[in-house]
Amino acid sequence: MIEFIFDLILGVLEEGFAYAIMALGVYITYKILDFPDLSVDGTFPLGGVVSVVLIIAGVSPVLTLLISFLAGALAGTFTGLIHVKLRVRDLFSGIIMMTALYSINLRIAGSPNVPIFSKETIFENSFLEKFISDKFKPYITVTILLIILLIMKLILDFYLNTKSGYLLRAVGDNSTLVTSLAIDKGKVKIIGLALANGLVALAGAIYCQKSGYFEISMGTGTMTIGLASVIIGTNLFRKASFIKSTSAVIIGSLLYKLCVSIAISFGLENSDLRLITAILFLGILVVSNDRKRKVKSNA
Amino acid sequence: MLELRNINKFYNPGTINEMCLFDRFNLTIKDHEFVSVVGSNGSGKTSLLNIICGSIPIDSGGIIINDKDISNIPEFKRGRHIGRVYQNPSMGTCPNMTILENMSLADNKGKPFNLRKGTTKSRIDYYRELLRSLNLGLEDKLNIPVGSLSGGQRQAMSLLMSTMTPIEFLILDEHTAALDPKTAEIIMELTDKIVKEKKLTTIMITHNLRYAVEYGNRLIMMHQGNVIMDKSGEEKNNLKVDDILDKFTEISIELGN
Repeated sequence: MIEFIFDLILGVLEEGFAYAIMALGVYITYKILDFPDLSVDGTFPLGGVVSVVLIIAGVSPVLTLLISFLAGALAGTFTGLIHVKLRVRDLFSGIIMMTALYSINLRIAGSPNVPIFSKETIFENSFLEKFISDKFKPYITVTILLIILLIMKLILDFYLNTKSGYLLRAVGDNSTLVTSLAIDKGKVKIIGLALANGLVALAGAIYCQKSGYFEISMGTGTMTIGLASVIIGTNLFRKASFIKSTSAVIIGSLLYKLCVSIAISFGLENSDLRLITAILFLGILVVSNDRKRKVKSNA
Repeated sequence: MLELRNINKFYNPGTINEMCLFDRFNLTIKDHEFVSVVGSNGSGKTSLLNIICGSIPIDSGGIIINDKDISNIPEFKRGRHIGRVYQNPSMGTCPNMTILENMSLADNKGKPFNLRKGTTKSRIDYYRELLRSLNLGLEDKLNIPVGSLSGGQRQAMSLLMSTMTPIEFLILDEHTAALDPKTAEIIMELTDKIVKEKKLTTIMITHNLRYAVEYGNRLIMMHQGNVIMDKSGEEKNNLKVDDILDKFTEISIELGN
């Protein structure tokens, strides 16, 4: 029993940390920019496929993370350009990008499944083999994930406190003010979308390296998981101003994964996963009232 | 100097609801003038401000500031020289950001928004000093979000923020209309003080005829896209609320009300 709980927690932490990086991206678009960006369903696998294909081509796994981030940022920039320059509604811009990315991801991958089991990844490589003792082996993945997550969180925290970051927060809060500051609000939105989708793609790359393969349908529901994490986290700690929103989002991601794991351990099957996600998300929305507030404030 | 030359503006052109708002509209505002604009609803006051700021496009004509036609310059670029305060107090501030962050944003207007720290520590005392001049106690609440302030406090901050950096024009769009009489009075006095201190060229729309008479050095009344009354200097000083009211009555009789 203890071993079972231990495995469950370790699994929750691994999955939770990997998805938390993605949730930080969704936090930027949904909470900061107030932009329901569906392109994340496409940029998550985009990051994965870019990383996997490059690893097969012999590129260093760490370097592929950077390239995946840039690929995601590029896709995010396109979503932004569609929205800002072609004046397409925010929701539609994301849907268009998500749909296009499905084919693009398949093109890059060449087939719906690309395994990298025998290749070196950031979690399994000769460097780690050499320096990490066998006793620590089960914790390598979770430790590496935590380190990457913390680095990303700290960079994001830093950025949100810069002048540029202030502008990003202002554009979602009151875009009229940004215009009156003599700044093109469209440009700020594009920067935000690029940053957000870069993070999501990075998470996708990490996720693929962790699981050892790329699969075309891995992106379905990314947005829902991200939103659920963001909404759980930010609502749970709404009153606790000493906890940074980015930390709240990470905790939200862990809690969400915990709920899913518990549901599965109660006899539900892996194929029920999306149903669980949907029901959980609905429950969270109803309990937190987030949707109602949003509708009201936009009215 | 701000000049509007032969402005034409139609709403819903080519449809059954076509409405001509401005037909060869002309207006010149000299430097350091404080113009109060009055007029009934739909007379084109707010459209006038939107045209100057670039929030709505014009069909033809020229908007000339210091001999340069700005009618093709996008709204955000015009914002460099224009400060604007809206009727709705929440338009001028970011509700989820703190007072300090809002002040920092406004202070950085015209400078690059780069990766340096958002709030410059050495400027905090200056912000505090500015906020203290409002007499609202905001200088002690630097770290609370602006969203939790009252409408009057927010409007005072909007005014402060829009005039913090050097601007040429201050545009006030019924900026006291959403406030209670006491707060409106405070904001109006503050406006006058800032305009005089910074020698700003100001256009203020108001429905409060007393403010229109008491403040500023020029008064215009608009009606159906035209200026039907334009008083400045001695004439403006001798103007009384009743004179404006009489003019209002005159127009409504014309309209057959």
